[in-house]
Amino acid sequence: MMNNSVEVAGLVVERGGTRILHGLDFVVPQGEVTGLLGPSGCGKTTLMRSVVGVQQIASGSVTVLSRPAGSRPLRDRVGYVTQAASVYDDLTVTENLTFFARVLGAPAARVEECRSLVGLDDHRQQVVRRLSGGERSRVSLAVALLANPPVLVLDEPTVGLDPVLRRDLWQTFHRLAADGAAVLVSSHVMDEASRCDRLLLMREGRLIADDTPDRLLVRTGAADIEGAFLAIVAGDRGPAAAEVRP
Amino acid sequence: MNPRITAAVALRVLTQLRRDHRTLAMLVVLPCALLALLWWMFQGAGFGPGFEALGPPLLALIPFIVMFLVTSVTTLRERTSGTLERLLAMPMGKGDFLLGYALAFGLMAAIQSVFAVAVSVWLLGMDVAGPVWALLVVAVLDAVLGTALGLFVSAFAQTEFQAVQFMPALVIPQILLCGLFIARDAMPAVLHGISNVLPLSYAVDAMQQVASSVETGPAWADLAVVVAWIAVCLGLGAATLRRRSA
Repeated sequence: MMNNSVEVAGLVVERGGTRILHGLDFVVPQGEVTGLLGPSGCGKTTLMRSVVGVQQIASGSVTVLSRPAGSRPLRDRVGYVTQAASVYDDLTVTENLTFFARVLGAPAARVEECRSLVGLDDHRQQVVRRLSGGERSRVSLAVALLANPPVLVLDEPTVGLDPVLRRDLWQTFHRLAADGAAVLVSSHVMDEASRCDRLLLMREGRLIADDTPDRLLVRTGAADIEGAFLAIVAGDRGPAAAEVRP
Repeated sequence: MNPRITAAVALRVLTQLRRDHRTLAMLVVLPCALLALLWWMFQGAGFGPGFEALGPPLLALIPFIVMFLVTSVTTLRERTSGTLERLLAMPMGKGDFLLGYALAFGLMAAIQSVFAVAVSVWLLGMDVAGPVWALLVVAVLDAVLGTALGLFVSAFAQTEFQAVQFMPALVIPQILLCGLFIARDAMPAVLHGISNVLPLSYAVDAMQQVASSVETGPAWADLAVVVAWIAVCLGLGAATLRRRSA
């Protein structure tokens, strides 16, 4: 039986009277890398914030590890990387990691492990302000890994990274999944889709597909995921059809 | 709340300050320079008692103002950079966050006040009737009051420009009404009533009491009001820290 770490039903989010998410249903299974793909502004970040439990939701339910998202026992069990690196600019890489490890109660040895995992050993004493954008987001990723969380929510963690590093990070995500974590990764770059075990395609606050990359290609007859995305959108007969699940 | 996490926050804030050499230098040097300026102005005008009258209130005002500004800007930065949201999604109690800041800035204020009091008393010859250490206690509590108020109001600022504007909005009226310009009981009844509620009135009264009398009892009574205000501001500050946002 598939073990779902995250279960979402009828998730509706509204902001300032505008509906951002239109009643989403999906799961994030344990042991897999689930990709959340869609153009920027389609609601990916709002969806991820809902899973982490920092988003006020209008209706629906978000359950993480059998508990309501954001509840107290989950606070060291969900690793979350926001799009903008949420780390302290005026601290070094190591100081940042040490601080968050103390907050999480993670053993001090995890600081070095996670720093190596994201490839920042050469920058350990560097102040984060002086790092490049990609390096900063890796510091942020390392923070999310400190507590060895069984659920990882990563909002565009590979944007702007060197292709070699991007490949390495995707390998890391798969290794974490193989170790039993549920990994939810968002991206607006469609060519990252093939690296995921499963895909959630999103557009204008709705999920338009939920399938493996291969089956999506077969089903739409497209050559790549971008083509599949276009084919699905073209096949829709208006907003209502978008909610029909595959 | 958890002492490990509170200490981690305090240590982290102190590490950030330690890295900012210019801020550190200004925190220590500026109050001394301002007190020396006050002394010089009155001495040069042949009005020595002016320094005796205004020096103690200034010793109360400076840590309050400085820590108010530093805290409101730092906390605002923490809110806008996403680190606050990240911390609140971790096992971080709101009290840990607030108390960690209060401890770190309280310590900074202690260092600042040691220099300011030493310069005033031993270099500029300020007459202090009560014990000199009591001046320090009052100064540190005034600083913590500034920190607590800064933590609270930073919730209502979206930009650093706005945060700085809270100084004329919330601090200058307190300076005007604290009895520095006109004795508080000589004010119109309404203003006297307001000044009886404002925390800075009690902070300045406590400082003047210690400076002018060996009797420290009334100063402790004033300080009790300051401490109560610190608790109120921290409580209000905690209410503004939301784990979920729209």
